[in-house]
Amino acid sequence: MTEPNHARRFAVVWLLATVIATPLVILLLGPNMPPGKATQQATGQVTDNTVLLAMATPVLLLVVIYLIYTVIYFRQPQGAVLEGPAIRGDARVQTTWIIVTSLLVLSLAVYGTTRLLSDNGAGSGSGPSPLTVPKGPKLPVQVIGQQWAFTYRYPTYGGVETPHLVLPVNQMVELHVTSLDVIHSFWARQLGVKADANPQVDNIAFVEPTRVQTFEVRCSELCGIWHGEMFDHGSVVTQAEFETWIHQQQVAFAPATKTLPPYSTTYLPKPTRRGG
Amino acid sequence: MSLFVKKLLGVGTAVAVVGVLIGLYVASWATSFPKNVAALSAPANSGGVNLTLETVASIGTKYSASHPSWVSYLVRSGGQWVHTTDFTVPANSIVHVTIYQFDTPTGLRNPFLSQVQGTLDGNATIDGKPVNAIEPEEASHTFAVPELGVFVPLPGVPEEAKHLCEEAPCEPATSDHRTISFSFRTGKKGRFRWQCFVPCGAGWYFGNGGPMQTLGWMDGFINVV
Repeated sequence: MTEPNHARRFAVVWLLATVIATPLVILLLGPNMPPGKATQQATGQVTDNTVLLAMATPVLLLVVIYLIYTVIYFRQPQGAVLEGPAIRGDARVQTTWIIVTSLLVLSLAVYGTTRLLSDNGAGSGSGPSPLTVPKGPKLPVQVIGQQWAFTYRYPTYGGVETPHLVLPVNQMVELHVTSLDVIHSFWARQLGVKADANPQVDNIAFVEPTRVQTFEVRCSELCGIWHGEMFDHGSVVTQAEFETWIHQQQVAFAPATKTLPPYSTTYLPKPTRRGG
Repeated sequence: MSLFVKKLLGVGTAVAVVGVLIGLYVASWATSFPKNVAALSAPANSGGVNLTLETVASIGTKYSASHPSWVSYLVRSGGQWVHTTDFTVPANSIVHVTIYQFDTPTGLRNPFLSQVQGTLDGNATIDGKPVNAIEPEEASHTFAVPELGVFVPLPGVPEEAKHLCEEAPCEPATSDHRTISFSFRTGKKGRFRWQCFVPCGAGWYFGNGGPMQTLGWMDGFINVV
């Protein structure tokens, strides 16, 4: 019996599976990818995750189908003890593999860089001097990490500091993330924002909420005994609700505001009488 | 028995002993937890429960042979000061807290926390006077339950005070102190972390090591049942 052309047969099966599975993955899984579509940045991340998944699907299928194909067609006959032929390498296969994987990785690098630049950091902390800054008015909000809570300062509203984060919908927000002690990381998953909070560093992230909703805030950098408790709920509200809320905060926290240092992108708290 | 077998047995025994010791240490660490103390019922006219605490600069050898110099909270229970930070209070009720503060100031890293937040009237009574904020530099400790929105700064005893309490137990009748009282309302049942936000761990990085990073000293749980 003549040996079938395994390479061609395998390629056909893989191509068919890829042609069927990839659109299904994009259409069915794509819309449900994290982190959701609460902000412009989160929506962009859903697209990015869908693109990554779509590119990974053929690779996954290649490995899985190859494994199944091998188990079916190259299994050792029962009772036989056969030594397989020595494999010395195949220049064509190796070259193809190197070219294809290089193209995949390089195209992802180009895609990732483009997305980061076109979406002003795509919700990530971009350091004190972001390479790109969104046009138009922005609401600056400072995120202050400390062991073990985040607090938030609104410099355009008299520098009032609040224990909860509230943002207006359809308004570009410029988050200035910093820390008063150790390294924390501000992570608002539903907003698609994650930025390290480093002491004496102004880490800027941009986010534009596109729907009214609540969201979780967590620290995602192991920062001590109560790291796991360093979470809170924030909310995105209408512009009118935000104005009402921020004015309530200004009144409620007037005594604390008097004691705050002038607004600054970073703080160097006075040396305490005990701690180093 | 050959030398090789003897060596093998020796190494095996040593490894087993070290393994058992590590296991015992981990088990001891994982199962050690501060003793729970229930808040006492308040008089009928005020309702709710009373929780009486004190903060001391040094816990002393009576309470801790291993860390006598660590700063700590203690709770009044059964007529004595008990070294624990795990408290139980009833749900949907008012908790009246009185704290005798015997420690000197350290200062807040974030002045925002110098304002009293989350108490029934937005104030705390310090040495008999209602206040809604203190000077941030004056803070010695805080009593804060972030998830319940409760933040109360505790001012320190002046460093030049004549009768500073050296180590626990400290008694208000004999040592200089500040008395802070406030009330807050509990909501649904749950277990809530409370902590001090003043970096008061002497000699530790940013003052937030040692007693600030060890359960049972400057932090603990409020069990709302």
